[in-house]
Amino acid sequence: MRYLLSRAGRVFAAFALLLALAIPAYAVEPGEMLADPALEARAREISSEIRCLVCQNQSIDESNATLAHDLRVLIRDRLTAGDTDEEVIDFLVARYGEFVLLRPRLQAGTLLLWGMPILLLVAGGIATYLGWRRRKRTATAEDRRLKPEEEAALARILRDEA
Amino acid sequence: MIAEIGHYALVLALGVALIQAVVPLAGTIRGDLRLAAVGRPAALVQGLLVALAFAALMTAYVRSDFSLLNVVQNSHSQQPLLYKITGVWGNHEGSMLLWVLILAIFGAAVAAFGRNLPERLAANVLSVQAMVSVAFLLFILLTSNPFTRVSPAPLEGNSLNPVLQDIGLAIHPVLLYLGYVGFSISFAFAAAALIEGKIDAAWARWVRPWTLAAWIFLTLGIAMGSYWAYYELGWGGWWFWDPVENASFLPWLAGTALLHSAVVMEKRNALKIWTILLAILTFSLSLLGTFLVRSGVLTSVHTFASDPTRGVFILVILAVFIGGGLALFAWRASLLQQGGIFAPISREGGLVFNNLFLTAACGTVLVGTLYPLALEALTGDKISVGPPFFNLTFGPLMVPLLVAVPFGPLLAWKRGDLYAAGQRLLLAFSLALVAVLLVLWLVEGAPVLAALGIGLAVWLMVGAFAEIVRNATGGGRAWAKVWPRLTGLPRSVWGTALAHFGVGATLLGIGSVTAFETESIHAMQPGDSVDIAGYTVTFDGASARQGPNYQALVADMTVTRNGRLVAEMAPEKRVYPARQTGTSESAIHFLGFTQLYVALGDQDAAGALTVRIYHKPLVLLIWLGAIIMAGGGMLSLSDRRLRVGAPRPSRAPVRVVPAE
Repeated sequence: MRYLLSRAGRVFAAFALLLALAIPAYAVEPGEMLADPALEARAREISSEIRCLVCQNQSIDESNATLAHDLRVLIRDRLTAGDTDEEVIDFLVARYGEFVLLRPRLQAGTLLLWGMPILLLVAGGIATYLGWRRRKRTATAEDRRLKPEEEAALARILRDEA
Repeated sequence: MIAEIGHYALVLALGVALIQAVVPLAGTIRGDLRLAAVGRPAALVQGLLVALAFAALMTAYVRSDFSLLNVVQNSHSQQPLLYKITGVWGNHEGSMLLWVLILAIFGAAVAAFGRNLPERLAANVLSVQAMVSVAFLLFILLTSNPFTRVSPAPLEGNSLNPVLQDIGLAIHPVLLYLGYVGFSISFAFAAAALIEGKIDAAWARWVRPWTLAAWIFLTLGIAMGSYWAYYELGWGGWWFWDPVENASFLPWLAGTALLHSAVVMEKRNALKIWTILLAILTFSLSLLGTFLVRSGVLTSVHTFASDPTRGVFILVILAVFIGGGLALFAWRASLLQQGGIFAPISREGGLVFNNLFLTAACGTVLVGTLYPLALEALTGDKISVGPPFFNLTFGPLMVPLLVAVPFGPLLAWKRGDLYAAGQRLLLAFSLALVAVLLVLWLVEGAPVLAALGIGLAVWLMVGAFAEIVRNATGGGRAWAKVWPRLTGLPRSVWGTALAHFGVGATLLGIGSVTAFETESIHAMQPGDSVDIAGYTVTFDGASARQGPNYQALVADMTVTRNGRLVAEMAPEKRVYPARQTGTSESAIHFLGFTQLYVALGDQDAAGALTVRIYHKPLVLLIWLGAIIMAGGGMLSLSDRRLRVGAPRPSRAPVRVVPAE
């Protein structure tokens, strides 16, 4: 059957099939993009930090979901209307909650999260220092005593001197 | 019948593993070497039985035996043979069986190749190894049996998820599991050392090859997964800080730290307690990775709660081994004697610095991955922790570490000379500076941060060989002696240099693709062309193609530069009727280490096809760097001292005298 179709017909059939099955399209579509490159760049920047709420761990910039498309358009509308980046983000958070931000804001609930690198580094540094100091103390105490072979060598040298 | 044999072999393997877990340990505790000797044959038999079970499942897949539920769900009679085979582990049950198979093979390998291990140590190691086997065999038999029959048997299967029908993803899980499970050997050795209450430099010599091998596999596995995501997911990203990716990255970070601390342990008999702890933590993170990916807890806490059997089972395994390991550590670690002392500026000091930053980075990624789960469970607040967070925290933690890397191998043990090391790195520093200035000068409006990143990469790549240069030319410039000196260097020195060079190469790839990638997204009609980074890409037209188990739409693209033909590219979109889903097959053209990347998107109402074209400078270095790192590891693994293995220690424990 396949072989009977003309080339154009086959292309059409394939296209129809692709459309019917809603193949994932990836991320930003040409039709969504803004003419002003500076504004578009800001929109991309914001989109990459906004979570696609119906996807698994994807930003709306990467996602093909309808919701992601709507949010991308929404962000561009707000930017065209003259909103600053912060205003756009505040608007999204007011609508969808903190969950929408891939970079959580610094607040009471996320203090531990943001503080973790410093906390780990400082705690690790202190632990390293304490361990090093203890090792040094015990080791020097041991080192001060002569080892048996050193005692023997010393005795031999003293005997030879005498 | 074959399926029943497989199932039965699995049950037998559980029995053998139980014996292997209990008898050798009882032997070492009671001082009965005949009991302790049971470990080796048991490990070999267990390996054979699990291999038999795995072979049975694979046979069912190859024959498309649709009387097995697992085969029905994940295979199809029209599927190419390769994907029938890889379909065995392209699903939950099969992948757990692969996990156990690798575990059993590693255990059998210790029994077969660890002939020079002291008997007590070998018995304890195999015993701990078998405990892990028991847990996972129980998990498979009780919750995830791949040999479940279905009656009546359907005529056709559901086929493997199309996204998984790719050679990259066929190999990826195998490499990853070889890495994860390889760390179980380090864990078993650590637990055995704690049970014995004794650990020495020889112990580190036995553990290092296993750790190194696991690390090599994990490095390759992560790189493979990343490259797969890059070309298969269709928008050319290579790392997403996805929890599933983090799950494999965490053991890698801890394993890298372990590899370095084990060096101190072997050479200087120091950092013993820390090395043991790291060995326990690395395997714990491997288990955590398995849990995160297999329990469904990541999708949402709620999916986890709706079908908790498997999740809770793995959680219990997790609690038993992590809790047990740490409890054993808390109880017995004080028995281990601390070793040699060293000044802060020394080879040991450098390796401690490495461990501090790698562990902090590992902790940060771990907390970032689990924080949303914990916060939701505790307060009900839902937050997301995504790529921007990890880039902001992980990145800065890596900078001091990477700056320090070339210094490390140049510092002497016990007490090093930072100034002298700095002098030897003058060439690397100058070249790095030149690279920074070149980037700023050549690339208009180049971000300063990107230029610094590329400078850091050059610093790493050149600095990696400073120790070899020192060894080759050290003590006067007798050029005639350079060659014999170079060939006389231990392979581990070359391995270190190569691995550190690989880190630099990866960083160079990351830096250049992050800063200088160009992207062009257009709705194209046949005949349209797009200019990108000096190339012209023309869309000649689309045609349909019939694959073995899919239909594809192929777009023909011609790439020219100044009117001269550079390449013909053919990105595809595929539809797999058996699953009613599709995939995107990007077309990639190599320009040295740089790539042109074309992926197809949707078709709009006017019939124009969305085409994404990327110019990705030096992107290949990201994965090539990882392969070079693994190559460094292999070179180090082939070092004579490791291959021959540690000599048997004499009966009386010898006080190790620090070498000068």
